[in-house]
Amino acid sequence: MKLPDLAELAMRNLRESVLRNSLTTIGISVGVASLVAMLSLGIGLQQLASRRLMKSGLFDTVVVSSRRDLRNFGHEEERNGPTPGESRILDESARQEIERMPNVLEAYPDIRFITELRYGDKPHMTMVAALPSSAKSNDAFDSMQGHFFSSDTAPEAVIQKSFAEELLGKTPKPGVDDTNVSQLAAPLLGKELTMRYARRQASQAPAAPSTADPDDEDDEDDDDDFSAAAYSVVSREQKLKIVGVADLDPESMRGPTRARVFLPLRLAESLQVMQPTDLREIARATSGQQVYSSVNVRVKNPSGVQEVESAIKKMGFNTFSILDASRSIQQFFRVLDLFLLIFGSLALAVAFVGIVNTLVMAILERRREIGIMKAIGASDGDVRKLFFAEAGAMGILGGIVGVILGWAIGQIINFVTNIYLARQSFPAEHFWSVPLWLAGFAILFSFLVSLAAGLYPAGRAARLDPVQALRYE
Amino acid sequence: MGETLIRAVDGVTLKVRAGEFVALLGSSGSGKSSVLNLIAGLDRPTSGSVVVHGSDLSQLTREELAHYRLHTVGMVFQSFNLIASMTVTENVELPMRFAEVDRGKRDGLVREALTRVGLQARMNHRPSELSGGEQQRAALARALINRPQLLLADEPTGNLDSRTGTEIMKMVCEFNQQLGMTVVMVTHERALAERYAQRLIFLADGKVVGEETTAVVAAASVQGARQ
Repeated sequence: MKLPDLAELAMRNLRESVLRNSLTTIGISVGVASLVAMLSLGIGLQQLASRRLMKSGLFDTVVVSSRRDLRNFGHEEERNGPTPGESRILDESARQEIERMPNVLEAYPDIRFITELRYGDKPHMTMVAALPSSAKSNDAFDSMQGHFFSSDTAPEAVIQKSFAEELLGKTPKPGVDDTNVSQLAAPLLGKELTMRYARRQASQAPAAPSTADPDDEDDEDDDDDFSAAAYSVVSREQKLKIVGVADLDPESMRGPTRARVFLPLRLAESLQVMQPTDLREIARATSGQQVYSSVNVRVKNPSGVQEVESAIKKMGFNTFSILDASRSIQQFFRVLDLFLLIFGSLALAVAFVGIVNTLVMAILERRREIGIMKAIGASDGDVRKLFFAEAGAMGILGGIVGVILGWAIGQIINFVTNIYLARQSFPAEHFWSVPLWLAGFAILFSFLVSLAAGLYPAGRAARLDPVQALRYE
Repeated sequence: MGETLIRAVDGVTLKVRAGEFVALLGSSGSGKSSVLNLIAGLDRPTSGSVVVHGSDLSQLTREELAHYRLHTVGMVFQSFNLIASMTVTENVELPMRFAEVDRGKRDGLVREALTRVGLQARMNHRPSELSGGEQQRAALARALINRPQLLLADEPTGNLDSRTGTEIMKMVCEFNQQLGMTVVMVTHERALAERYAQRLIFLADGKVVGEETTAVVAAASVQGARQ
C-alpha cells in the first residue's frame, strides 16, 4: 500500500474512534510537554548561567602579567620559563601583538592605583581602576543606578556601592547587605569627586647615560635609550562627575586588588598615573613605550581561551583564567539535562502504555475488519503498516500538541517568575528556552516512541488468521 | 484442556475448469465453506494441495497468498462483509489501494463497477443505509474491481429474500458468462444451484459424496439462465 493511502486510511480509522484516540493523543501530549518543559528548563538555566558568566567577564578573560612582576600568578611557569629578570617587558608593543592574535576581541591595559578622592571636603582612599567601553555589558552594571560613561574620555566615574556608603558616611552592618542602591545613588549622582594622583611626566632634560656596570643583571645589550625613561612625578587633580552607582562588584574575582571607583580607560591613560611598574622598569626601559603591570585580554568565545592563553605564554608572559571552572559548570549542566530528560521521559513512558492499550483495543474492535481486508487481498505487511501509521500519527500529533503545551507552560512560569523578580527589584530573566532543535527532537522522539508502542499491536494484527477474524462478531 | 482436531475437509478431490460455474452443496458442517476458504487461500490444508493456475497454494508464503487473493480471487460472503465505517465507494476502492492502482484511475473503475451492479446512485452511502440486496451488489462490485479470474461466493443469497437473491444470482451468472470468470459458489439451496451452476458437487462430513452436471452448460446463453 502506498504512503498516501496508508495515511488516509490511518487518519480515517483514528477519526472513527475519535474520543479514545484523542484521549491517547492527549496522554502523549502531556508526556511530550513534560519532556519539553524539563529540558527547556535545563537549557534555559544553562543559557542563563552562560549569559551571566559571559557577562561577568570571568570566562572570556585572560589576565596577562609580566614575569618580571614577582607578585604574579603563574608560579609554575616562573620555575620552568625564563627567569623573571630575563623575561619580556609587558609594554605597548606586546599589548598590540596580543590584540592581533586570532580570537582576541581586545587587549587593554589594567590601570589601577590607590589614590585619594575628595568628596565635599573629606578625603577617601581607595583603589581606582580603568574600564574599557566594552565593560558596559558586564552584568555588574545591569542593575546600576545612573548610567555608564558617556564616552571613553569623559571625566566621569562609576562608583561601587560600598564606596558610595563610605562617601555618605553610612556604615553597613558586617555580613548584612540590605542597603538599597537607589537610595544611595540619589544624593550622589551628578556630584563631583576630586581625584588627587601622582602623574608621571616626561622630563624636559634628557638624563645622562649611566655608566654601565657589567655585573648589573638588568644591564642588557639593548639598553641604548635611557632618555625615554626619564620622568618627573608631579601631583595633579582631576574632577570626576559621579554618573553611576553599581550594586554588584564588577571585580569580585580580583580579591584584595579590586577597585571601588572606575574611570573610562582612555581618560585614565591620558592622566598618565604613576604605576608600580614605572618604578621597576625605570632601570631597564628600552623604547620609551608605555609599560603595563598587567593586560586584560578578552577572547571572542570561552572555548578559545585555552588557545589564546598558550599563545601568550609562548610570548613569555604569565597568564591567568578560570577556564577550568567553566568546564566543570558545563559538565554539571550535561548531568542536569540527563536527569531532566529521564524524569521528563517518565510521563512519555506512561503514554507509551496508553498507545499500546488503545491499539490492542482497536484490534479487538476491528478484528472482523482486519479479516475482511485480508480476505480481499491485504497482506500482513499492509495491516502492520496501517497500525504503525495510526500509532505514528498519534505520536506526531501528540508531539506537536505537547511541544506547544510545554512551550506554553514555560511561558507562564517565565511570566510568573518575572513578576516575582520585578517585585523583588531584580531584572527580568528568561529561565525557559524551547530552541527549534528541542521542538524537532521532541516531535521525533514522540513519533519514535509511538512507533515502538505500535510494534506489538501491529504485529498482533498482522498475524491474525483471516478465517478466524471473519467469524468474529 | 487441549484443542480438539476436527477434519473439516477429508480426502476431497475436485477439479474446476477455467470459466466453469460450480456449486458446492451440503448441509451445515459438511465442509463446503472450508473447501471454499482453501481455494481462496484464506486457509491452508494440513495435507494435500490446492492448485490454481498451476501454482500450489499450500506451498505459497503468506505474502504470496495475499497477492493471490488480491489479483486472482474475488470473494462474496453471506453476511456481505462490507466495512461499516466506509462508504460504498471506499469499500469498492479498498482492494485497489492494496493493489497500488494509480489514484487517477480509481474513480473511473469504481464508477464502472458500481454501474455494472446498478449502485451508481448509492456511491456515497454507508452499508448500514443500504438494503441487503444493495449491500451484496456492493460486495460484488468490490470482488470485481481487480478483475479476478476466480469468483468465490459463500452463500451469497443466504441473507436475501428470494427475489433479491435471484437478482444477485443473475449478476454472478452474468460475470461467469460475459466476463469468463470461473465461479465456485457454496450454497445449501439445491434449486438455486441447479438453475445457475453447470456442475453440482455434494459434500457431507468433509467428503465429496456426489456430483451432478446440470442443464446449464458452459458458455450457455445467459438468456436461458434468466428464464
